[in-house]
This record gives sequence, C-alpha cells and structure tokens, in this order.
Amino acid sequence: MKQTLAQKIIARAAGRDHVTAGEVVTAKVDLAMIHDSGGPRRVAPILKELGVGLWDKDKVFLVSDHFVPGDTEEGASILALTRTWARETGVRFHDGQGICHVVLPESGQLQPGMFAVGGDSHSPTGGAMGAFMFGIGATEMAGVLATGEIWVKVPETIRIAWTGQLGDGLMAKDIMLALCGRLGMDGGKYQAIEYTGEAIKALSMQERMTLSNMAAELGGQTGLVAPDEVTAAFLRSVGGAVPDLSDLHTDEGAEVLEHHTFDATALAPQVAAPHSPANAMPADEAGKTAVSVAYIGACTGAKYEDLQAAARILKGRKLAAGVELLVAPSSKRDQDRATQEGIMAVFEAAGAKVLPNACGICAGYGTHRLDADVTCISSTARNFKGRMGEASSQVWLGSPLTVAATAVAGHIVDPREMLS
Amino acid sequence: MSGRIFLFGDDIDTDQLAPGQYMRGGIEAIATHCLEAIRPEFAQTVRPGDIVVAGRNFGAGSSREQAAEALRHLQVAGVVALSFAGIFYRNAVNLGLPILIAPSIDDVADGDTATLDPEGGVLRLTTKGTDVALEPMPENLRAIINNGGLVPHLKKRIAAEHKGTAE
Repeated sequence: MKQTLAQKIIARAAGRDHVTAGEVVTAKVDLAMIHDSGGPRRVAPILKELGVGLWDKDKVFLVSDHFVPGDTEEGASILALTRTWARETGVRFHDGQGICHVVLPESGQLQPGMFAVGGDSHSPTGGAMGAFMFGIGATEMAGVLATGEIWVKVPETIRIAWTGQLGDGLMAKDIMLALCGRLGMDGGKYQAIEYTGEAIKALSMQERMTLSNMAAELGGQTGLVAPDEVTAAFLRSVGGAVPDLSDLHTDEGAEVLEHHTFDATALAPQVAAPHSPANAMPADEAGKTAVSVAYIGACTGAKYEDLQAAARILKGRKLAAGVELLVAPSSKRDQDRATQEGIMAVFEAAGAKVLPNACGICAGYGTHRLDADVTCISSTARNFKGRMGEASSQVWLGSPLTVAATAVAGHIVDPREMLS
Repeated sequence: MSGRIFLFGDDIDTDQLAPGQYMRGGIEAIATHCLEAIRPEFAQTVRPGDIVVAGRNFGAGSSREQAAEALRHLQVAGVVALSFAGIFYRNAVNLGLPILIAPSIDDVADGDTATLDPEGGVLRLTTKGTDVALEPMPENLRAIINNGGLVPHLKKRIAAEHKGTAE
C-alpha cells in the first residue's frame, strides 16, 4: 500500500502496518519537548492530580526559553519552579541555552522518523529532520507525560514543491511568507505539509527548519522534509545517530490532498504587512515604509545561518539614524559559532544590541516589548496585533537579510540592493 | 441557558485571546484581557452563557491553552466558528470548552440572543427563531468532553487500569 511519509511514521508509532487518512489512532510518543511556559508550571499540578509520574523521563526534553532571562518577578519564579522540577524528575534540561525548536535538533536527540510532540506551536520545526512533530497544549502534554500516548487523526498530505533554485538574497523565510500569502493562514488545514522539489533539496538543515517552523503559520499540523544526505550530515555534525532513511519518504503514487508547485527562481524577497503573515508582498512593493526597530530573533529567524546572512548586509555598514537593531540569537551554540567567525562583531560594529538566547520580544512575555505606534521589521514568524508590544505597534515580517537591509536603509527595502 | 452572541471575523489568534504580557500570571489576569486588542470591552461585558461566534481559523497561533481556558473562565457557553486552528481545537476539548463547526454563520448577527446545544449540534437563534445546524463532534472527542475534559477522562482510565492490575 502506497503511503505518505506522515502515514508511515504514524503507522509505525501506532503499531500498524499502514494507516488511512482521516482515521483516529492512538500512537506512542518517541519524544516530548516542553518549555518553561507550558511545561512544569502547568503539567506538574496535573500529574499530581492524576497521581502518576513521567511515563519515561528519558523521552522528555525540557528547555527554558520563554521567561529567560527572568526579568519579571513572576518570570523568575516560573524559571525557579522549572529548575526544581528538572532536578526532581531527572529529565534532560537545557537551561538558558536557547529556544527549544533550535536546541532540540542541535542536541542530536531528534531523529528522522520519530513521532514527537512539543508543548509549543512551532513544534513542526522538527519536521525538517523528517520527524512527525506537532504542537499541543499543556493539559494534553500532561496526558502524554503520564501515558506516553496521544490520539491523532491521520492527516492528509499537502505537497508543496519548489522547482528551480532560490537566487542570491532569497531565503527559506521568503518562501514561507510567499506561501502564507498564497495559501492563507489556514491553507494547511491542520494536515501534514510536505516540502519537496529541487529548491528544497538544495536547502541546508537550518533553512529547512525555517520552512517547517512556519508550517504553523500555514495552519499545518506538521511541515515535513523527507530526510536525505543533508539530514544525515547534520545529524553527524551534532553527534546524533543516523537511522535507516531508506523508507522515510512519500511513496510514488501515494494519495495526497493537494499538490502545489512554485518556481523558486522567480521569487523576490518578501515582507508581510501588519498584522498577519498572510499579508505578504514583494519587499519593493512595501512603499519604503519607515521603521524604527529591526528585530533579528526567535526560532524562525536568528539561527546561525540567519545571523550569517544578516551580517553579509551589515558588514561595513551602519544603522540608519533613529533605527534600533536588536539581535537575539536562537541558541547559545549558534551565537558561539557566530562569535568565533566574527559575525557577532559585525553586529556590534553596526550598532546592534544583543539580547539573550530566548524567545524575547517575539513571545512578548517579558518587560522588553514594542512601544505604542512603533513600526518594526522582524525576522520572526508572527506579526499578530499586540503580540510583540502595544496594540498600536506595527510589525512587518521579512527574512534576516531583509531586516538587516531595512535597518541600514531606515525603510523597507529589497536586500538585493545591498548584495554584490 | 440563553446568551448573547459576540461575533468575530477570521483568524482570531491566541495572542488576542491570551495576550503574551499577561502569560506570566494566572488565568484570572489573562481572562481580564481576553480579546482586548480587537474588542476592548469584551472581557468586561461578556456574561456566563454568552456565545462566541467567529469566521475561519479561530484560535490561530500559539499552543498556549490559556487561550481556550480564558473563554471557559469567562463562562462562555462555547465557541462556534467556520473552522478552528488545530491546536486550539484540541486544547478546547481537553479543557471541556464546547467547540463546534458551523457550515455557515451568515444568519448570525452580533448581539443576537441564542442558545447553544453542543450535544444536539445546534445553535438556536432565539431572536430570529431559526436554527444553525452544527457539525457533530468526532466520537473520541465527545468521550473526552462527556467526561469533563482530558484530566477527568485520564483519571477514569488510570483508575480502570489500576483496578485491572489489582484483579
């Protein structure tokens, strides 16, 4: 029976030979990722009420990222509770090391073919590794932590192919903003999105993570890229084991719900106007909108390669007068590498302010938020009204290249103008 | 119980339902600011039994279940929408918040008086005297809701397993 990649992973996790789209199955979870916001403070009281412990502490991956650096009294106390719970349960804990969606793949613990859940909506990021990973809320996570199982309605697959090659100045982020514009924030219909095509095959693992990450903004349950040599090389680079990848792909002729094809070669750098990622347009059609804050951050837009891309623009340039550039590298590991390679020095020389390896302004959980009426361009995934600050703040989304170029110009520009 | 309808558009997101800056607090604080970015008076004027009706993709965005919990805390009778974001839908079921899909909300107006019957799958517009038929919930989710949410559902299951082991 011809199966999609999503069906193969779910069937294995459900102990079945094959599964059919639309049926509800109960599957065993290979890995459960939680963070400080939806994690211990929410799940511990439920586990207590149920009177049970963790089904398998070695399959739980805890990260502190939402309330780091603990700049409010409540945030600091949530972090303290998180640390105590980590000690008591003995789960794997990455404290202040960066954002969960980046720290997890960097740990080598997430493997292709896994059926995994995360207590965060950007958990589809794990799909870049060829894992069926999706986000759930805290009560449901408590259920997983208690039983090791979760129900899932076997999704249809929406295949999104990008042919050709991305030109210089284009990034995975541009692909995702274009898709949000074309398909809408519910275009994914809570089904499995699978990215294919030569332009996708050519992307690095971190760029694939941006694609899978923003499957959330497309409304997909997960966003898969079939594992290949890029995946295997990445796993080896982080000290992870490489499983047999030979069957981890959608069979030729397997039934899919939709198949979309786009031409990467023709794509221009994209931005999304406030207050939705679906408000996408080419950067040079954004009316040279003036900005006063530029933010390079979040799991979506501040990984090593995002920092590297922004530094290409910023090297030897200064920020426009009145523009503040904030950089919150996604993980400590990525920031350390960027420091070693002189990338962080480029940010400093340009006048950027470096913030902790955490969700920061993107989540808007701490004291650092956008003031009223501020216009910001951001490499993050979401520009919902009021998410990053006051309801009157205006957030545009763009790639790290576009954010950096806009910070230099003082208004939204196509970054290709500054690349030579 | 009859209530008033609060009508919203498409893509109502979780940052509007549970604003990030209040996420460090408890549900009381979050609920007070529910939907304030788009409808500042909502949390102050909504009363137990009122019904939230919306367009497509209600609950888009974050996995924070406080988005559903805030509505439950405000004691709305339930949410009826053309479609829901996947994680929000699961969260609502797990927290016991009735959540139903309507094929059309064309007949519904803001401020209408109505009653929501989640079991029967119908939204009764008592002002107009018409009914909006709603899609029935999948059986596995009805079981969770009928048990009062995921935690009581799991309690039952764990108790049954213990009993099984004891025997």
